[in-house]
Amino acid sequence: MHETREALDAQAQEILKENEGRELKAKDRIQIPVQSMPSQDPVVRITNMHEVALGYTEAQVRAEALRCLQCKNKPCISGCPVGIDIPAFIAKTAEGKFAEAAAIIKESSLLPSICGRVCPQESQCQLPCTVGKSLKDVDCSVSIGRIERFVADWARENNQEVIPTVAPETGKRVAVVGSGPAGISAAADLRRAGHQVVMFEALHKAGGVLVYGIPEFRLPKTIVEHELKTLLDMGVEIRRNFLVGKTRTLKELMEKDGFDAVFVGSGAGLPRFLNIEGENYVGVFSANEYLTRSNLMKAYDRDHSRTPIYNSHRVAVFGGGNVAMDAARTAKRLGAEEVTIVYRRTEAEMPARKEEVGHAKEEGINFLLLHAPLAIVADEKGRVNGVKLITCELGEPDASGRRRPVEIPGSEKIYDFDTVIVAIGNDSNPLIHATTEGLEVNKWGNFIVNEETLETSIKGVYAGGDIVLGAATVILAMGQGRKAAKAMNEYLATL
Amino acid sequence: MNTILSKEQLSAEVFRMEIEAPEIAQARKPGQFIILQMGGDFDERIPLTIADASVERGSITLIFQAVGESTHRLALLEVGDSIANLLGPLGTPTDIRHYGKVVCIGGGIGVAPLYPIVEGMKKAGNDVTVIIGARTKDLLILEEDMRAIADRLIVVTDDGSYGRKALVTEPLKELCESEKIDCVVAIGPPVMMKFVARTTAEYNIHTIVSLNSIMIDGTGMCGGCRVIVDGKTKFACVHGPEFDGHLVDWDNLLLRLSTYHDTEDEAHHRCHIGLHIKEGEA
Repeated sequence: MHETREALDAQAQEILKENEGRELKAKDRIQIPVQSMPSQDPVVRITNMHEVALGYTEAQVRAEALRCLQCKNKPCISGCPVGIDIPAFIAKTAEGKFAEAAAIIKESSLLPSICGRVCPQESQCQLPCTVGKSLKDVDCSVSIGRIERFVADWARENNQEVIPTVAPETGKRVAVVGSGPAGISAAADLRRAGHQVVMFEALHKAGGVLVYGIPEFRLPKTIVEHELKTLLDMGVEIRRNFLVGKTRTLKELMEKDGFDAVFVGSGAGLPRFLNIEGENYVGVFSANEYLTRSNLMKAYDRDHSRTPIYNSHRVAVFGGGNVAMDAARTAKRLGAEEVTIVYRRTEAEMPARKEEVGHAKEEGINFLLLHAPLAIVADEKGRVNGVKLITCELGEPDASGRRRPVEIPGSEKIYDFDTVIVAIGNDSNPLIHATTEGLEVNKWGNFIVNEETLETSIKGVYAGGDIVLGAATVILAMGQGRKAAKAMNEYLATL
Repeated sequence: MNTILSKEQLSAEVFRMEIEAPEIAQARKPGQFIILQMGGDFDERIPLTIADASVERGSITLIFQAVGESTHRLALLEVGDSIANLLGPLGTPTDIRHYGKVVCIGGGIGVAPLYPIVEGMKKAGNDVTVIIGARTKDLLILEEDMRAIADRLIVVTDDGSYGRKALVTEPLKELCESEKIDCVVAIGPPVMMKFVARTTAEYNIHTIVSLNSIMIDGTGMCGGCRVIVDGKTKFACVHGPEFDGHLVDWDNLLLRLSTYHDTEDEAHHRCHIGLHIKEGEA
């Protein structure tokens, strides 16, 4: 049953009335129920691109903040890739001092409105939360991400954000390749240290995966634009339409253009395909293509966008990650009657966030689990009209620790679909590696870096995010951006 | 940035624009392309092959046919205007080297990207025969430019309104019969390239083609431009756009190019209305 924001707010008001102004013991705090995230009614939201999660109300955020036990050992901080002082900002939130809470977060994270929305908190800060542990359910942990989002949104909407201070100019120049989460966080920390920072972006809009990959209904683009504006206000220069490796090589940036150091955060490049029969028929798309058309090129707005997007009725999405969920939910919003996630393991093994899977289910996305694609079939015009799937069962755990799907012979069957979206990850983009002599990569093409400094095999060149990690998350990329920037600032100080 | 330095109408639908783009001019090599985007939130990204460039002037030259909504709007820009977004050079350059006897074939608008390749092949010391073709005389472009650099030039039109009435494959076949050709480069409509490749296959002549599959980012990220070459999936934007014509799965390319036909027909109609240009005029 869908609960409205008003109803959830009323419940929170009750909780505040009962609990505020009295001394709360740990036992009292644990008894306060988790505040649900208000969201658009599924029936309505599948007809629009607006954000699904509406954000806590003030009463809700304060009620949720009261659940925090302010543990002495602060286990949540160790779960945060950028080490935000979580108990401190939650304490300020409980007191209603949202500007102060926001300032605490900003000390460690430049992008709280984004991270509050897209971080997998359940496997990071909320995983070791004492409240969740004592209730024996990670879903009952303090909703750190939701609180973070509220505080960050509040600061932005009320013009209470602190623009990070920039140290006096050092005269050193740094190039940041890519304007996604890794690049943004690296650029911010490098600029804060007083270096001149130029960020290079290949596309016509900055933001990387935040702009081309994550849909509007999960991360409104105005928020990304706002965060990028903070960088500009700090004095970072953003050069769009510039592909390092093509417009200029990395070596040219260092040798001719006078950059003293380079951070490469170019992201995950080439979409992977399954290499099954029929994968190049009309109606088969990589999730990157489908999402880029919809998000970056705004093809979801069919009346205005000049970039077309395929007219689909029955869509199969291969994969079980967040990108698969994004693609499936986008297809639903674009008018497909039936959208099915096809995944060869079970829901327990799905890499997608539980929340995303939940949202997808609420929106009527079907889940065809324990099925693996064998071939894509098409009509006489080469347009997809079906997918041949085989049923699997779970066998022994594989290298990833997840139980391996084993195909059951003879269980093949053709299912009726007119569109296939392949969301099984990316291989790294070869452009920079191919044009940079001496740059070492592993067998997947990911840059090999020093684990402490994130320096590559070339002196002065550092890397982080998906180009190093393979397909990972926004927050891990941000964490790497910060880590590299720290080492780069030390390196630049020696020049 | 990206200011239009000169503009010229080459035929009813074809325009030449010289655009200030010093970095691209410096880095580009024959066979490479750019992607442009007109700047609005809803504008598409259009790949166009670089027809020429000048490092001294810091400019690149684009030759394009006003076929869709966006290229029509591009054609409406004037000298002094600038193009909001221009990315390049993209793709792998043409494999230019000393082959010996080279035949370069351009069909329709494909003559434009062929020009720097002819230039490069000449510089590498090849004997270069150029065949250019169009549906009809009015659609023929760059005849004089090509005549100035090629060792010999053969002009054909489908309807015989100018030059020889033939398809490009006819003089090609005659050349293959009469002399030993070491390399053929063909750029034009996919059907033309398909038949050029079929013609040269009989004589086992190395044939380079430039594929114009549907593309968004042009950097390898979307995979929309994938083509089948030698049975393997390749991305035209990073592995190409040039491939061995004998190994290309032409039927699949033609199929994939038809992905948005319904939508494009509709957009083509709409754009003429929006721009107050009568259909058929531009």
